[in-house]
Amino acid sequence: MNLGRTNKYLGGLLIAFFLLSALLGWLWTPYDPLALDLRARLAPPGAGHWLGTDEYGRDVMSRLMAAARTSVTISALTVGFAVTFGIVLGSVAGYARGWVDRLVMLFTDTLLAFPSILLALALLSILGANIWGVILALGLAYMPTVTRVVRGAVMSLREQEFIEASRLMGHPVGYTLRAHVIPNCLAPVIVIATSMFGSVLLTESALSFLGLGVPPPAPTWGNMLAGARPYMAQAHWLGIFPGLCIALTLLGINLFGDYVRDRFDPRMKGL
Amino acid sequence: MTRFVLSRLISAIPTLFLVSLAVFTLIRLIPGDPVSLMLGDNIDDTAYEAMSHQLGLDRPIPVQFLLWLQGVFQGDLGRSITTGQPVLPLVLQRFAITAQLVLVAVGLATLLAVPLGMLAAWRQNSAFDLGVVVGATALMSIPTFWMGLMLLLFFGLQLGWLPVLGYVSPFEDFGAGALYLIMPVAALVLHECGILVRMARASTLDVLRLDYVTHARAKGLTEGQVLRRHVFRNAFGPTWTLLGLILGNLLGGVAVVETVFTIPGLGRLIVESIYGRDYPVLQGCLLFVAVTYVVVNLIVDLCYPLFDPRVKTT
Repeated sequence: MNLGRTNKYLGGLLIAFFLLSALLGWLWTPYDPLALDLRARLAPPGAGHWLGTDEYGRDVMSRLMAAARTSVTISALTVGFAVTFGIVLGSVAGYARGWVDRLVMLFTDTLLAFPSILLALALLSILGANIWGVILALGLAYMPTVTRVVRGAVMSLREQEFIEASRLMGHPVGYTLRAHVIPNCLAPVIVIATSMFGSVLLTESALSFLGLGVPPPAPTWGNMLAGARPYMAQAHWLGIFPGLCIALTLLGINLFGDYVRDRFDPRMKGL
Repeated sequence: MTRFVLSRLISAIPTLFLVSLAVFTLIRLIPGDPVSLMLGDNIDDTAYEAMSHQLGLDRPIPVQFLLWLQGVFQGDLGRSITTGQPVLPLVLQRFAITAQLVLVAVGLATLLAVPLGMLAAWRQNSAFDLGVVVGATALMSIPTFWMGLMLLLFFGLQLGWLPVLGYVSPFEDFGAGALYLIMPVAALVLHECGILVRMARASTLDVLRLDYVTHARAKGLTEGQVLRRHVFRNAFGPTWTLLGLILGNLLGGVAVVETVFTIPGLGRLIVESIYGRDYPVLQGCLLFVAVTYVVVNLIVDLCYPLFDPRVKTT
């Protein structure tokens, strides 16, 4: 019984499955995910439509594949945004200290005083509900966590001899940060970024479910679930499959995240 | 002890000030003009000016902020644009509904998760431990709103055991209210339990390795005594902190669960105010939730010394 290995392979397999569906969804779907077919409304899963159709006769499987693409794009860009700007802000704050640090942390701590889904909701009403608004809102909501972690790591790093040596050799601050400081604080960032992927996916689905994410008719797993609510009694498959996609992807990310944490943070091994 | 409490309370003041500044700024950044929204189609210049004077929008921004803050201290969060109701009572009324749902759910989840996590850690690598870890990771991966929908589908629609839509306050009719609360509470408990079990297990494992646990065992204490008296107190800290974060997050509106079960809670109010562009309500909700979040985490901090005497109270 080796949980570590299960985490790695099962997690990796689930993630790979959804990445491939997303990629395939980009190139080809069995039907056009937006095409209406009113004669085939609420058709149960069967030969023609493997996972059935929705209230407008749109093919559920094609929509799930297109939604996978949207979710993967949003999650990847959001995590990328949060990590990039979090690293920049955190390393500058931790390295410069003084008033720069105080200013950055004031901003960060204020953002951290809001529950992240609420902050995302508020930012979304400013940025507008479209794919870029969602990415920016979620990115800003998740950035403070990265900033805090990086700042902590940089603060302890900057006192170490090899960083001092780099300073004494006359390297410009930017070079020292890029070449010595940041590479050495990547381990905790990788651990956070992995679990953040799951959290972002969950929040994005929740926003879509509330009707505040990527606007219809573009399918997302969240807005498909929201659309399924009135039809649950007649067409349970509409409520089952999108949720199953979210849950299995999250399971994959969580399992893989455990593996990544064990790999990069040996102190946590076996926990 | 008094000094510890006081210093924590004082340290929360700047945070609360910044939070209110952030809420004020966020609302001002929302595109759209509240005055034309309130007046609707019949806009003429005098009416426009009268309305923006009445709302204080013709003053400089910093003055607007201070006036708003003054109102907040007097319990005046403005009035809803759509219904004209005062915001504060509305927020409090909705919050009461969310709070009973969330407090029951988080309480149950803690009572289930902490013993399960500790037992799993105590029997690390046993079949029981494996079952708990796998179960917790799976539960954690199921979003509450999907869990809610599936519970609805199974217990509400297929079996017909529980009411599907609506809400009855348990204070008016306890039996019916409880029936309506079973599924939303279950959806929340299952998800949060997954997260809490993993945390409780991880921190228990950390503590079980320490020498003083070996010592406690060596002096002949039963395993039950070791776990209750020595391990629990030390291992509960991280779970307690996480509990504060979860509680703060959920009190901020479990909008998704409230949507699934059509519960008129705070989360629904926030979503409705965004849909309806009801800025005063949204502003009031945001401020209320952020303050609740800060206060819950403050209370969690203040409770630390109760079970972990190492947290210095002086």
